[in-house]
Amino acid sequence: MTTIEAPRTPAAKPQRRRGINWEKWGWMYMRASGVVLVVLIFGHLFVNLVAGEGVKAIDFAFVAGKLADPFWVVWDTLLLWLALIHGANGMRTLVNDYATNPTVRRILLGAILASTVVLLTLGTLVIYTFDPCPAGQPADLLPSFCPVNQ
Amino acid sequence: MTLVTDAPAEVGAVQAYTATLIIRRFDPDVDAEPYWQDFDVEVYSTDRVLDALHKIKWEQDGSLTFRRSCAHGICGSDAMRINGKNRLACKTLIKDLDISKPIYVEAIKGLPLEKDLIVDMEPFFESYRSINPFLMATSKPEKGKERVQSVVARERFDDTTKCILCAACTSSCPVFWTDGQYFGPAAIVNAHRFIFDDRDEGAQVRLDILNDKEGVWRCRTTFNCSEACPRGIQVTQAIAEVKQAILRGKP
Repeated sequence: MTTIEAPRTPAAKPQRRRGINWEKWGWMYMRASGVVLVVLIFGHLFVNLVAGEGVKAIDFAFVAGKLADPFWVVWDTLLLWLALIHGANGMRTLVNDYATNPTVRRILLGAILASTVVLLTLGTLVIYTFDPCPAGQPADLLPSFCPVNQ
Repeated sequence: MTLVTDAPAEVGAVQAYTATLIIRRFDPDVDAEPYWQDFDVEVYSTDRVLDALHKIKWEQDGSLTFRRSCAHGICGSDAMRINGKNRLACKTLIKDLDISKPIYVEAIKGLPLEKDLIVDMEPFFESYRSINPFLMATSKPEKGKERVQSVVARERFDDTTKCILCAACTSSCPVFWTDGQYFGPAAIVNAHRFIFDDRDEGAQVRLDILNDKEGVWRCRTTFNCSEACPRGIQVTQAIAEVKQAILRGKP
């Protein structure tokens, strides 16, 4: 049996793509990470540049001291991952908007993905394998808890 | 207030001045590229941009091409870019513009230019049609009765019923300029009108359509659409409400 199409049926119904709706989750990620990043970034700036002695306090010992504290390790890890993915997703959006040539678009999106992965790996490695007391360095440059300063 | 019977002479007392209109012309049969042409027109302070365009067409250059129908801000035919902003020519008073400078008039952006101020509206109506802009209801109202709706329920989508489909919002959207696949603000506004109508049963279908890659998530809340709407619809807010409805899974 053949049926007659209902009047004014659109020629092609938009196909619902199966699987995860990346646009929706991407949009939600931008909102959620944005709110968290406001706290993380301004907290980071305040502690590094304003609190205590201010910007003068920043040296190797200051950074090493922070990275030896599990609180700042978690803080910096969150900051790194949320900000990098937030930025990369923003750049992906720009490319989707303005790169009309499919080849150029694929190259740019690939470059964004690759650089994000490299930066995330390097950053995470630095945070977790950082040695605050490298051997053979002058004691006055190292944090106070290093064996040379004990 | 005192009643004044205006003599014809006093009508002439309405301020008159010469305005310069610089119009972006394009005739596909002759021109390879659009070009700007200026016209000096005698206008009154009560005139609208549409009146100036009429004067040019009727008295100076009959080849000037533009759409207009009702000329009173209801039919939505004469949306154009006036001094860089999407406006209805029939609702923009010349005295509200800066007359010391020329008035730039061009076709709306993002849709294929056909001639002078006329664009091909088909892509715009295409995305309008694809959101099912009609009441979808399986239930039958009581015999001889209409579908009853409370005042509060009607209020919920009142703002988006005002749309006249002039395309001022969609053609002001920077995402639509670069991505012609995007549904555009007008289609989402008209989806909003039915999604939040409690007599309609097709909300889920429309939310599904707008949850697409080219749906509401393309919106960057630039607010160009709200600024452009000649009917004062809070377009960006309507889009945000549709986004929330998609996240909730129901209107």
